[in-house]
Amino acid sequence: MSALPPTPSQTVGPYYSLGLPYAGDWEAVPEGTPGAVRMTGRVLDGAGAPVPDAVVEIWTGRPGGVRARGPEGSGFARCSTAPAGAYRLRFVPPAGPYVPVLVFARGLLKPVATRAYLADDPFLAAIPDGRGATLRATWTGDATLEFDVRLQGEGETVFFDYGTGG
Amino acid sequence: MSITEPAAHPLYLSPDYASTVLRAPSRGLLEFPADPEAMELTGPVFGEGEVTPGDADLTTGRNGDPIGERIVVTGRVLDAAGRPVRNTLVELWQANAAGRYDHPGDVHPAPIDPNFSGAGRALTDDAGEYRFVTIKPGPYPWRNHHNAWRPAHLHFSVFGTAFTQRLVTQMYFPGDPLFPFDPIMQSVRDEAARARMVSAFDWDTTVPEWALGFRFDIVLGRTPVEDA
Repeated sequence: MSALPPTPSQTVGPYYSLGLPYAGDWEAVPEGTPGAVRMTGRVLDGAGAPVPDAVVEIWTGRPGGVRARGPEGSGFARCSTAPAGAYRLRFVPPAGPYVPVLVFARGLLKPVATRAYLADDPFLAAIPDGRGATLRATWTGDATLEFDVRLQGEGETVFFDYGTGG
Repeated sequence: MSITEPAAHPLYLSPDYASTVLRAPSRGLLEFPADPEAMELTGPVFGEGEVTPGDADLTTGRNGDPIGERIVVTGRVLDAAGRPVRNTLVELWQANAAGRYDHPGDVHPAPIDPNFSGAGRALTDDAGEYRFVTIKPGPYPWRNHHNAWRPAHLHFSVFGTAFTQRLVTQMYFPGDPLFPFDPIMQSVRDEAARARMVSAFDWDTTVPEWALGFRFDIVLGRTPVEDA
């Protein structure tokens, strides 16, 4: 098989807000959609400080584009973090146990790939050193979840290698 | 054959780019569990309404013509097997001709151009091709180290067909003397890989009496969940 080498990844830099945000970007489904939940959390750096210039993206498998959503909404949502490192996302949980998450930021030369598990899963228990707990979103209400992403150090979130190495 | 080509991409920790020091993961990465049903194998599906006419022309839509060299930037989005990635969303953002972003955080003392927002978007066609009309951005200083300057570049965000094919990269212009001094470009350790971020001047794309043309093909990675 002839394989083309990939184009290298580069950081989104500090000014991605020119090109990436759009109206309602944090809503994978419209307000009032049956079964919709709201996930909030913070992105934190190796010193525990909030990362105010990150972009969190999720994919929930529902059909639809980004800005042009189908009748069920978009399965995709994106949220830029606020000065306190906080993000919010509204989506309908997929059939499986988790939501895939990508985080981009200044200082991240490639995104980090993780998963927010909405329930306990044997896969989490099998991750060494108890680090599987970092992938477990916490239910804070019937339809509200909390999921922090710690990029480095104490409590570092488990990140997956999606083909770009460490 | 390894599915990954780590040298193609920067390491998370690239200390010459100071912002990586507290943001690079330090615990090593986990392999995705093999799962043909993994959600990461799919991604958004883009319809016609995703872009509106004019989104791919950054030189129009305001009151007048932006200042600077008008250029056409075009290329194909391909998968690792060389197949065109059709109907995928390409997002672009950039500084203006003076090297200034229309962003409150950019305090570089160079002029804002009221006729240039610096953002565009396009869908690839059946050949995987996108095409933007824009203004050649200027280089600009940043505070990473003493006398630090970024080579002129366009930021590209591409979706592909799988969530783990998501790629954000930067397109550079051929022959820029700032390449050897830029820690972001040099974070890609392999010279051949760095060269894949540099566009090519192209006569066939150049429009007589109107705009120089540059070609930039984008190759997305394979999806490890599938290969695991």
